[in-house]
Amino acid sequence: MEKSEILEKITEIFKDTLDNDDIVLTYDTTANDVEDWDSLNHIQLVVAVEKQFKIRFASQEIQKWDTVGDMVNSVHAKLG
Amino acid sequence: MKVFSQLKKNLKNDFSSLKTIRVALLGDTATQFLNQALRGTGYDAGFNLQIWEADFNQIERQVLDPTSELYEFNPELVILFQSSHKLLAKYNKLKPQEYSSLADAQLELVDNLCTTISGKLNAKIIYYNYAEINDAVFGNYANKTEQSFLFQLRKVNYGIMSYAAKTPNFYIADISAIQNQLGKAAVFQPSVYINSDMVLSIEVLPLIAARTVDLISSMYGKFKKCVILDLDNTTWGGIIGDDGLENIQLGSLGIGKAFTEFQYWIKKLKNRGIIVAVCSKNTESIAKEPFEKHPDMVLHLDDIAVFMANWDNKADNIRQIQSILNIGFDSMVFLDDNPFERNMVRENIPDVTVPELPEDPAEYLEYLYTLNLFETVSFSDVDAERTKQYQVEAQRAIKQTSFTNEDDFLKSLNMLSLVEPFNKFNTPRVAQLSQRSNQFNLRTVRYTEADVEKLIGLDDVFTYTFTLQDQFGDNGLICIIILKKENQDTLFIDTWLMSCRVLKRGMENFTLNTLANFAKEQGYSYLKGEYLATPKNDMVRDHYKNLGFEQTGGHWLLEVKNYTNKKCFIDYK
Repeated sequence: MEKSEILEKITEIFKDTLDNDDIVLTYDTTANDVEDWDSLNHIQLVVAVEKQFKIRFASQEIQKWDTVGDMVNSVHAKLG
Repeated sequence: MKVFSQLKKNLKNDFSSLKTIRVALLGDTATQFLNQALRGTGYDAGFNLQIWEADFNQIERQVLDPTSELYEFNPELVILFQSSHKLLAKYNKLKPQEYSSLADAQLELVDNLCTTISGKLNAKIIYYNYAEINDAVFGNYANKTEQSFLFQLRKVNYGIMSYAAKTPNFYIADISAIQNQLGKAAVFQPSVYINSDMVLSIEVLPLIAARTVDLISSMYGKFKKCVILDLDNTTWGGIIGDDGLENIQLGSLGIGKAFTEFQYWIKKLKNRGIIVAVCSKNTESIAKEPFEKHPDMVLHLDDIAVFMANWDNKADNIRQIQSILNIGFDSMVFLDDNPFERNMVRENIPDVTVPELPEDPAEYLEYLYTLNLFETVSFSDVDAERTKQYQVEAQRAIKQTSFTNEDDFLKSLNMLSLVEPFNKFNTPRVAQLSQRSNQFNLRTVRYTEADVEKLIGLDDVFTYTFTLQDQFGDNGLICIIILKKENQDTLFIDTWLMSCRVLKRGMENFTLNTLANFAKEQGYSYLKGEYLATPKNDMVRDHYKNLGFEQTGGHWLLEVKNYTNKKCFIDYK
């Protein structure tokens, strides 16, 4: 799957999980840029991404991401 | 069932019209998501759960400190969630010679917490039991030694069941059963646990919240009372009218086994106090034949409170069942294999619960188990007798249709009523009726047993209980009156409530005759009544008007001096 497609799907997940249709994500977006993206909701987002792509992240991997781009790269690597 | 993100969206809805319940949630792991799931699920069940969530891992401090926020919040309901993971952490820190004392120590802690809470709050307690963790240190031998964690965990689970059985305000929400149903991989997600200290996966939260809210609904009077069965291909395999008695599928062979086990389940529900009714498109005599003659039938006619077999549409039949039983549509479950009939009932009577039975009858039971339809917070011997009472009611309803004149019908019943003041023998029933009656209840003042006892023997309070029996059977104590002397002239009707089982028998007239004659003999001039509206008591809005009371301001007055007895066909016993 192309990274752009992954970004698109992740954006949809963010919109649904945080219940906010105005969210626009880029590779450089960080948690500070998105309202309600706190550590608690982060867990919910991660689980939703896992479910969407049918993958599992390692527990430490989840904490390492600084940007949405990092998340996209992790998904991309897992999908192979 | 909604997923967690959908429940979360519920939180933005308007809760203001819903019943508010103050709930304290205390956990030894992170409970923020559980909190949100409970509140979101509560919304769909009609509750505004006002949840106060204790800070992380504060159970003991909040409960044991008398000045804590818990007591300041003063909840009606306390949810305690001590996790298996924290129990395991305790076990891990023990010396090996102490392993076998873990369960006893934990049970003592639970007792201590609950006793302390009950001493300070008038609250019900919901306690989550322990989802199993098998640390596999002993292999299967874990079952053979008290030293193993598995042994201790199961001992705690058994111990709190025994504790719940003798502790009235202590209820268990069965997480362990949920984990058995879904598997541990679905209930617990290690990465979430590591990153957030939450022991429940996001996937399982809606189910945990649903089972918890089931319990809460039941505590607040919302529960199922009746199951309505279709017959062909639901209660037995095949079509009795086409296949005949010999060819329907029942018993221990093939698919017959599924129907037999289904019937055993229904029979157990009936024994627990769930009313069983039949609603079938059939000729009545043919539909009854298996109940009377088939050797493999588990259910018999005396298990069925109301038997409706005809060719009318099922929604109308269910309405008739409802009018005979006099219970809410929202307390009924309708089981039918036919999707057309299910949709028809759903569309016409949306309050009735209509499970989407699987196509394969072999899967009926497993599916029904997962729905947890029949939650309850009480069980007594009286529950098991309920079917009998409703059968009698159904016979009466059938007899009524054979009389064209209502008076003739009522006369034929030979009704008798025993009238007594409150006493120590009828106190429990008076309190129960006071708690349960919603519809025929003029002021809906609730009296507990302790409250009832306080009324006995007071000088200016006069209490009445009425029973009603007739040729079909005894309804027991069905009506309660509390009169309070307001002044020399006036008796105020503080309480007038009646079981809906005995509507339209002239019991209201009999009751008023009794009260008016008493007031006259004692030298009072007026009986004064009041109607306080609730969402459920609309049926008695015009009660006093219909009985000839005059409206003055917010009250209703009846002058007793010229009172003449109203027509009724009930005699004093």
